[in-house]
Amino acid sequence: MNKKTLLKLENITKDYRSGDVITKVLKGITLTVNQGDFIAITGRSGSGKSTMMNIVGLLDVPTTGNYIFDGQKVNRLGEDRLAYIRNKEIGFVFQSFNLLPRATSLENVILPAMYAGIGSKQREEKAMAYLTSLGLENEMYKRPNKLSGGQQQRVAIARALMNDPKIILADEPTGNLDTKSGNVVMDILKNLNKKGKTVIIITHEEDVAKQAKKIIKLADGVLI
Amino acid sequence: MKTEDLIKLSFRAIIGNKLRSFLTTLGIIIGVFAIIMLVSIGTGLQSYISNQLSSFGSNLIFVIPGRIGGARTPGGVVSNKLLVSDSKNLQTKLKSSAIVAPVISQITSVKFKNKTNKNTTIFGTTANYPDIVKNSTLAKGSFFTPGQERSGSKVAVIGNTVYTNLFDSTNPIGKTINIGNNRYAIIGLVEKRGSTFGVDQDNLIIVPFGAAKQQFGITNINAIYMSAFKPELVPFVKAQAEKTLLKRLTEDDFTVQTAESSLSIVTSITNVLTIALGGIAAISLLVGGIGVANIMLVSVTERTREIGLRKALGAKRSDILKQFLLEAIILSVTGGAIGILFGLGGSMTVAMLLFSTVTWWSVLLAFGFSVLVGVVFGMAPAIRASKLSPIEALRYE
Repeated sequence: MNKKTLLKLENITKDYRSGDVITKVLKGITLTVNQGDFIAITGRSGSGKSTMMNIVGLLDVPTTGNYIFDGQKVNRLGEDRLAYIRNKEIGFVFQSFNLLPRATSLENVILPAMYAGIGSKQREEKAMAYLTSLGLENEMYKRPNKLSGGQQQRVAIARALMNDPKIILADEPTGNLDTKSGNVVMDILKNLNKKGKTVIIITHEEDVAKQAKKIIKLADGVLI
Repeated sequence: MKTEDLIKLSFRAIIGNKLRSFLTTLGIIIGVFAIIMLVSIGTGLQSYISNQLSSFGSNLIFVIPGRIGGARTPGGVVSNKLLVSDSKNLQTKLKSSAIVAPVISQITSVKFKNKTNKNTTIFGTTANYPDIVKNSTLAKGSFFTPGQERSGSKVAVIGNTVYTNLFDSTNPIGKTINIGNNRYAIIGLVEKRGSTFGVDQDNLIIVPFGAAKQQFGITNINAIYMSAFKPELVPFVKAQAEKTLLKRLTEDDFTVQTAESSLSIVTSITNVLTIALGGIAAISLLVGGIGVANIMLVSVTERTREIGLRKALGAKRSDILKQFLLEAIILSVTGGAIGILFGLGGSMTVAMLLFSTVTWWSVLLAFGFSVLVGVVFGMAPAIRASKLSPIEALRYE
């Protein structure tokens, strides 16, 4: 397997300031993720794993330290440039699915391609193919409230795959699902990883974490 | 992001919340409707008045007692100092440029058999009156001759209201009516004129000057009507008339009024009225705009998570800004278009009953203003939405 470095965190810290009180959430994280990795980040709530995920996903910027994504130092890039990288290279899967309630499955999946400026016919075909491959061929024109939790999360995964990102970031992807649906979602992620996609998940469930190739524990803002 | 996608997204958001979108648009609809309606009515009023005034003849010049805007006797009564001799002087002086007629007018009741017609204006004037006042063409019969005028014959030309009230469509010519204690033979019927400013222009009887003078026992006259031979002569006639009258009278005793000067007074009044009406309507449009801003702000707050998600998926700040701005503009433009339709429909309906003229500038102004309102009031919420940080927005409950 290709062991090329995809991203590198170098001594990343993150402080939150609220009034005069500074909370140090991340206290120097150094981590290298290679292409094809499947990493589970675990830790208690408040350990900083979500903050770390936000920084990895370019939704947040570190207070200090270097973040190199795909060979590019990204921690001081402009907002639009970050949006562009998120759109093209990062697929997000959230605990609460975050689907647009008024849009159908198909429209939800198409959204990232819309922001990428891809033509409507091309993106529709692609979205349909992803939905079909995830067993949602009969759910394409339904709105999220007509879908089960498992189905909604599969729509979200299809959406994350839409622009062929280099990495899938899943924040507690099974957190709102029953065991059976959770397993289906994990199987999909494992399958994607097998095909070469880099996957990072955050979870506090041991069974879920064990399914990843590598487990990283975070406690009180540092890796242990 | 492609423009067509942007438009699609904005429309989806608007259609996705029909009631709210409708209520937002309503403010704009009412505002635009009001601007078009009120300006149309104002303009319609103006053209109605100028039409009415020009129907008397644009060469027309009046001399009326007292000074408009000048000194009046206590109680607001104008002391009338105009005499028949003034009229005669003017006729002599202006022989080559105008025709002149003295006018006595009194309001009284007239009778035919057992029927009475009230509040009839009796005009006592000379035989050249129809040459001066353009809308006094006859439907039937003839006007009195200079001979009848000089001899003080008791003959009368009646207006349409007098005719319908007293004669029930039977031929009035040759019949005799009673004005006070005197009997007058009807020799003519004036064509229907309609009403001006709500005053019935057909409730009148025109009689020879001498007969009226004797009838009402008065020495002063109520007005002198003049008609210049050509419109270009109107200023000259006005100046000459003033000069001639000032030899005997003072400036406070009379006013020489041309159709044009009456028109300019009326026009300036109706202009102010139109602007005032338009201003009131503009305020309602402004309120509509604040409504748009309010709804857009609510919409931004309500869709915070959605904005966060869109940003996480790769929406740039400008994509969010454009989407929300476009939503506001679509709402305003749609409201503006509907308002124009209603405004045009309303103006046309009013035009059938009263007076109303749709002016293209009011339509343009209303539409432009509604778009402006959309942009201006859509801007703040759109900027707010675009500045949201994706993680904070995603965390928003």
